[in-house]
Amino acid sequence: MFLKSKVIKYGDNINTDVIYPGRYLEITEPEEMAKHAMEDLDENFHEKVREAKIIVAGKNFGCGSSREQAATCLKYAGIDAIIAISFARIFFRNAINKGIVAIECKDAYKIEEGDEIEIDVEGGKIKNISKGEVYHVKPLPPFLLNIIKAGGLIEYMVRK
Amino acid sequence: MTLAEKILSEKSGSKVEAGDIIEASVDKAMSHDNAALVIKNFEKIAEKPWDASKIVIILDHRVPANTIKTAEAHRKIREFVSKHGINFYDINYGICHQVMIEEGHVKEGMLIVGTDSHTTSYGALGAFSTGIGATEMAAVWTTGKIWLKVPETFKITITGKLPPMVFSKDIILHIIGKLKADGANYKACEFYGIVENMPLADKITMANMSMEMGAKAALFGGDGEGVYEKEFEFDVSELSPQIACPHSVDNVKSVEDVEGKEINQAVLGSCTNGRIEDLRIAASILKGRKVAKNVRMLIFPASMKIYRQALEEGLIKIFAEAGAIIMNPGCGCCLGAHEGILASGEVAIASTNRNFKGRMGSKEAEVYLASPATVAASAIEGKIADPRKYNWVRCGE
Repeated sequence: MFLKSKVIKYGDNINTDVIYPGRYLEITEPEEMAKHAMEDLDENFHEKVREAKIIVAGKNFGCGSSREQAATCLKYAGIDAIIAISFARIFFRNAINKGIVAIECKDAYKIEEGDEIEIDVEGGKIKNISKGEVYHVKPLPPFLLNIIKAGGLIEYMVRK
Repeated sequence: MTLAEKILSEKSGSKVEAGDIIEASVDKAMSHDNAALVIKNFEKIAEKPWDASKIVIILDHRVPANTIKTAEAHRKIREFVSKHGINFYDINYGICHQVMIEEGHVKEGMLIVGTDSHTTSYGALGAFSTGIGATEMAAVWTTGKIWLKVPETFKITITGKLPPMVFSKDIILHIIGKLKADGANYKACEFYGIVENMPLADKITMANMSMEMGAKAALFGGDGEGVYEKEFEFDVSELSPQIACPHSVDNVKSVEDVEGKEINQAVLGSCTNGRIEDLRIAASILKGRKVAKNVRMLIFPASMKIYRQALEEGLIKIFAEAGAIIMNPGCGCCLGAHEGILASGEVAIASTNRNFKGRMGSKEAEVYLASPATVAASAIEGKIADPRKYNWVRCGE
């Protein structure tokens, strides 16, 4: 599985309240959730996501509330993958369960807004095309990869 | 062995140690209003839950329903629980974590998952409990099982004598300020020292807030004999009341550095600090005094049981006479989803658990987190205030 795209870059401790504010928790349609993605963090997110499908962030991405809408809204806004120095644990599980590639990469700080990168998901490699660099990461275990490839946990269980 | 290793060994049926990835059997699966999302996912993969007696649903986040969308979600949940015979607590019970404990769903040694990050609260009773998302919960409802990585454990020991008007909330805020928002990410935290002898309410506050440094679980009742990844000791003899300043829970300062900051709203309650002990402390400060003219004080007891007890003890009268607004038990304004929303430029002090940007309403508002005593003192003065200048007046009990 290879993913190639421009990057949207964020910092440390991006919490699920700014990714998906609590005032929208009653929404149940994912397309509707997507409209509020990153609303309290980045008002230009929707413009950026038109050509950038990968988020790169610092430490502890997705900390705070267990709200799965934080992963769902990013997926339906068009995000295919998130690379972070580290993830908060519930968000990491939610991302994978929603079919988003979530990869920990200690070199994530080297990637900048607008860089074009290519992720080799099985191979555990991130190629920074803009900078001519390659970062090595620990590949996801096969059972998590299978969930992502199916499009998420529910889709995976339906197929099984 | 650590408590996490002991409990997860039993729940996976084999001897496990930190770092192992296991499949474990779940004893209780808790959801609140977001059960509506769980149901939506569950109905795509199964017809019947694995064991209805182990599923608990408690409505608390937006109660009573504030919009038609919420009302429809609540209706869907009521229909679902009645169809499958699931343990259900409607809007007249209270906040999920408090109700789980009050109604006896939490026992030592259990593995509990909940679709709420503050599910870590049940570690106060020695359960391994952690938050998961709605999709994952649908899978738990189907199979009764979950995969988990056995966490490494931090041993945190609290020493010294806690000064007057300083509480377990101040201790845990202090710890989060030192360890930082990701300081215990993926880890279990075991607590020892003076906190072992504190009332359950204080332990719940600490287990609840451990989530704010990323903890997967927070546990009391261990023997301290395990292999710990790190050990910490905090002497609290000189600790001042602590305040988590905007916009992160690890931005913690002593009250001396923040006092005088004008506030518009004072919030007492939540799963973190809405228990009878918390209400008594606040009442002891508010008794015979008035909430400042420009402050709205909102009080959300953590459950109806606590509300009724507060009525019997005369605490509600004290609050009402002080000019506070007593709300129904629920999550209220803690997460900005229901009532008590802040406007831009407004400032709140709250006994709740998060102060993220936009958490309680406008992203241009500010939330300061503190103990119930600091919230009450601040409500009276109209600005962030040191509760140590108020004498303890016995209320309730």
